[in-house]
Amino acid sequence: MAAPHVYQTQAIVVKQSKIGEADRIVTIYTPGFGKLQAIAKGACRPGSKLGGNVEPLTYSSMMLAKGRNLDIITQSQTIDAFPALRNDLWHMACALYTLDLVDSSTLENSENSPLFDLLLNTLRCLCQLQNDESVVRYFELHLLQHLGYRPQLRRCVNCDSRLNPVINFFSYRQGGILCPRCNQKEPTCRPLSVDALKVLRLWQGCDYPTASRVKIGRELSSELEQVMQGYMRCLLQREFKSTAWLQELKKKSLVDNCHRTN
Amino acid sequence: MASIAEPIARLIAELNKLPGIGPKSAQRLTYHLLHMPDEEVKSLAEAIRSLKEKVELCSVCCNITDRNPCPICQDEQRDHSKLCVVERPSDIIPLERTGKFKGVYHVLHGTISPAQGIGPQELKVKELLYRLQDNSVAEVILATNPTIEGEATAMYLRQMIHPLGIHISRLARGLPFGSDLEYADDMTLGQALEGRQEF
Repeated sequence: MAAPHVYQTQAIVVKQSKIGEADRIVTIYTPGFGKLQAIAKGACRPGSKLGGNVEPLTYSSMMLAKGRNLDIITQSQTIDAFPALRNDLWHMACALYTLDLVDSSTLENSENSPLFDLLLNTLRCLCQLQNDESVVRYFELHLLQHLGYRPQLRRCVNCDSRLNPVINFFSYRQGGILCPRCNQKEPTCRPLSVDALKVLRLWQGCDYPTASRVKIGRELSSELEQVMQGYMRCLLQREFKSTAWLQELKKKSLVDNCHRTN
Repeated sequence: MASIAEPIARLIAELNKLPGIGPKSAQRLTYHLLHMPDEEVKSLAEAIRSLKEKVELCSVCCNITDRNPCPICQDEQRDHSKLCVVERPSDIIPLERTGKFKGVYHVLHGTISPAQGIGPQELKVKELLYRLQDNSVAEVILATNPTIEGEATAMYLRQMIHPLGIHISRLARGLPFGSDLEYADDMTLGQALEGRQEF
């Protein structure tokens, strides 16, 4: 029998589930192959050399062998386990939410290296344990961009006219902003304040360190959250289960206020 | 399956629903049962029936039991001021096997898993908090698994229990017996170093 084809990759572990007695099916996101599912044999056993290296929320260097159906993780070495996230409930919930988004919105074996970089940078930013809601919003906006759903924020998506600094409208269906005149024809769109539009435009064109310098008030933060989540729900046609968990943490005020943007 | 007798086809279909049992295994088990002595088959059927009829959740600790409250909760010899919170009923068995813990348990029946939509409402968290109201518990030991879901659950419980002023502890993390430093992951090794003990 020919030797199995073996390859190496860096990977962020997105999720895992148990299979059989002690094996795990691990979903990983890689720069070169996109999302992959692989088997980590014996990973549930206490002495397993894979064990903690294939836990969700771990950035690892892996060696995989081609399997008949799923590939098999033969070696895994943690590069970054994001330890700060594991001791902070809110930031861990945000990180799990980003992983859930990537898992739900991508297809297997579809390479998207910029998305991998975005996910890795987002997890590293979350590790700094500050200004987290804008990290998540920035991630949502750029995730959609890397998936090909970059919203048009500069001109009206209907009449192509320049947008005036007044309350405009976000059309989830058309993927961009409608001017007040065009909105009269499609009244289901969500109103978008001038500040929210400015923030989204800025975020769309800059890296995260620049984006994080913008101070966002609670009201604006809430507006941005509703707009982005509404747009994602419309595009991906599903509710994200991890959103409910984030909402619950907020509602119960379990999270220290300083953890959220004020 | 028109050519197969209806009771046989039905049992094959039922066994096929069990985890790890495919259609061929189900067929083999069915024909094996067919050739087993009557008493053994009846005993098996009775065991399956009584499993659902007699087994219930303990009204105190939510463990699976045939007596309510369960023997552990009824045992006056045990230290009721120490409460160990575990994910599943099967987690109690290895803890009991150590012989080191003489307190009582609380079974959550799962962990918080945001991606699967499992939140605290789906777990026995409300029952745990109700149990802690009467101030009889001095220490809560969070013995959820050291996985990301287990950690999230433990952190959530810590935040919920903290206002009650009860001492909260977490199972220590480190290297398992018989393991190899070379293959230990960074998190485990880091925590093993942090939690090192006087020798």
